[in-house]
Amino acid sequence: MRDENGKVEFLQGNEACAEGAIAAGCRFFAGYPITPSTEIAERMSARLPEVGGVYVQMEDEIASLAAVIGASWAGVKAMTATSGPGFSLMQEHMGYAVMTETPCVVVNIQRGGPSTGQPTKASQGDVMQARWGSHGDYEVVALSPYDVQEMFDLTVECFNWAETLRVPAVLLADEVVGHMRERVVLREDVETVDRELPPEGEEVERPFPLEPDDLVPPMPVFGRGHRVHVTGLTHDERGYPCTDDPEVHRKLVRRLCNKVRKRAGEIHESVGYDFIERDSDIALVAYGGCARTVLEAAEEAGVTVFRPKVIHPFDEGLVRRLLDGYEVLVVEMNLGQYYEMVKMALDPDCVHLLGYPGGYPPTPERVVEEVERLGG
Amino acid sequence: MRIEVRIAGFGGQGVILAGVVLGRAAAVYEGLEAVQTQSYGPEARGGASRSDVIVSDEEKIMFPYVREPDHLVVMSQEAYDKYIGDVKSDGLVVYDSTLVEPSRGDVEHVGVPATEKAEEELGLRIVANMIMLGAYRELTDIVSFDSLRNAVMDSVPPGTEETNEKALRLGAELAEGGAD
Repeated sequence: MRDENGKVEFLQGNEACAEGAIAAGCRFFAGYPITPSTEIAERMSARLPEVGGVYVQMEDEIASLAAVIGASWAGVKAMTATSGPGFSLMQEHMGYAVMTETPCVVVNIQRGGPSTGQPTKASQGDVMQARWGSHGDYEVVALSPYDVQEMFDLTVECFNWAETLRVPAVLLADEVVGHMRERVVLREDVETVDRELPPEGEEVERPFPLEPDDLVPPMPVFGRGHRVHVTGLTHDERGYPCTDDPEVHRKLVRRLCNKVRKRAGEIHESVGYDFIERDSDIALVAYGGCARTVLEAAEEAGVTVFRPKVIHPFDEGLVRRLLDGYEVLVVEMNLGQYYEMVKMALDPDCVHLLGYPGGYPPTPERVVEEVERLGG
Repeated sequence: MRIEVRIAGFGGQGVILAGVVLGRAAAVYEGLEAVQTQSYGPEARGGASRSDVIVSDEEKIMFPYVREPDHLVVMSQEAYDKYIGDVKSDGLVVYDSTLVEPSRGDVEHVGVPATEKAEEELGLRIVANMIMLGAYRELTDIVSFDSLRNAVMDSVPPGTEETNEKALRLGAELAEGGAD
């Protein structure tokens, strides 16, 4: 069955994610299957050979992201998919991807943690890990889908922002949307972005410029005649290690952060968000699979609701514009991670939390009860 | 119209596939809203595996989980015992009468000898799930027969289409006998 945009399917979120990756131009996947993300690896292993891509099952998650980074430097759009324990193992290379400015996509179908936690159950416990799970100062893009269509669409967006900004982009999904099946249109009209490349064969003298501080330099990928040194050490503009000059380190790290931070507003506007305004003093905030509960509860209770799709970079200005003056209730499947960011943007006394780890989102009734307790 | 359906049995009977097919028929071929979820891991092993489907002709289904099924399609005693208490009173329970002895009073029961007839008439025990699905559709008209058949054709291995379609039709015939 087809509609005007593409094939209409009834798929799991994980399957839709794999299809989104293929549509975005991903041609390399390296991974180590883990519940509840395994269907992504499974489908990529079937689909990539059909489109001339490469699938590699690696020995672990550390190697998986290493292979993805290598593929990206060979000029290919590359992805891996994992869940909690695997995402923890990948943190070393999240930092390496940031420092080497390697566009790539890391899908995290969040399950209950810490540690091996609840393999088959949903969680949103990796919100802060997605931002700063590796060491050092950095910023990434992380997007959170709430249905199967967005598992497709936001995977495409992750590739586009990874390529635009030369950062690892995280599809920060959860078991709710990863495993549920819904109608999805496998769009054939997707807009894709490719990283900017320097002219072929030309010497690139400054592959890693230090200024201006929001610059995304063209990527001199291997195999196109460029000679370039790529290192996780603090490097000078030529890419060579330079670990003892404080000014070089300051400028480099500032640029790595600012190229993402300065575009937070643009990323939110481009990816989009839901804001349903109702005549009420209370506003609910939720994202991902948990937002399905909260959108239903907000309608029942007649209160305003905000559903971001972009989790990182956080846009304080947007949150302030939309939510200032409300009593805000953040509902998430953890003990308050996005909540902390919202609290920093608003009067903290007006920001409340329904933190709900355990494996399932709360029911709409449970959220309505909490709204009533706040006086809604 | 908003209907919550639970299809349950033991691992290997194809109850997950039955739910996926039903959801697919509704979402792809009828243009209805549909969400399917299922048990995973230790919960899905052994005696009681389940596949839940919500079908609606109204707006997008938000909270995706079945809490109080309107309909239970059940193919093992253990699954019956585990899930019968969740069914809405006056709900519909379609059970495989080869394997399940019903016990609850305030719901409508329809017995379908799916496993027995799958072996006797089709020589294949594993299509009992499609007999149950055909019977369930006939009793509820939740989707059209054609939509269900299309969804089955999309979902079963090549070479098995004919047997699966026969199983759907056999289920529909068996259901015409009506409630106990």
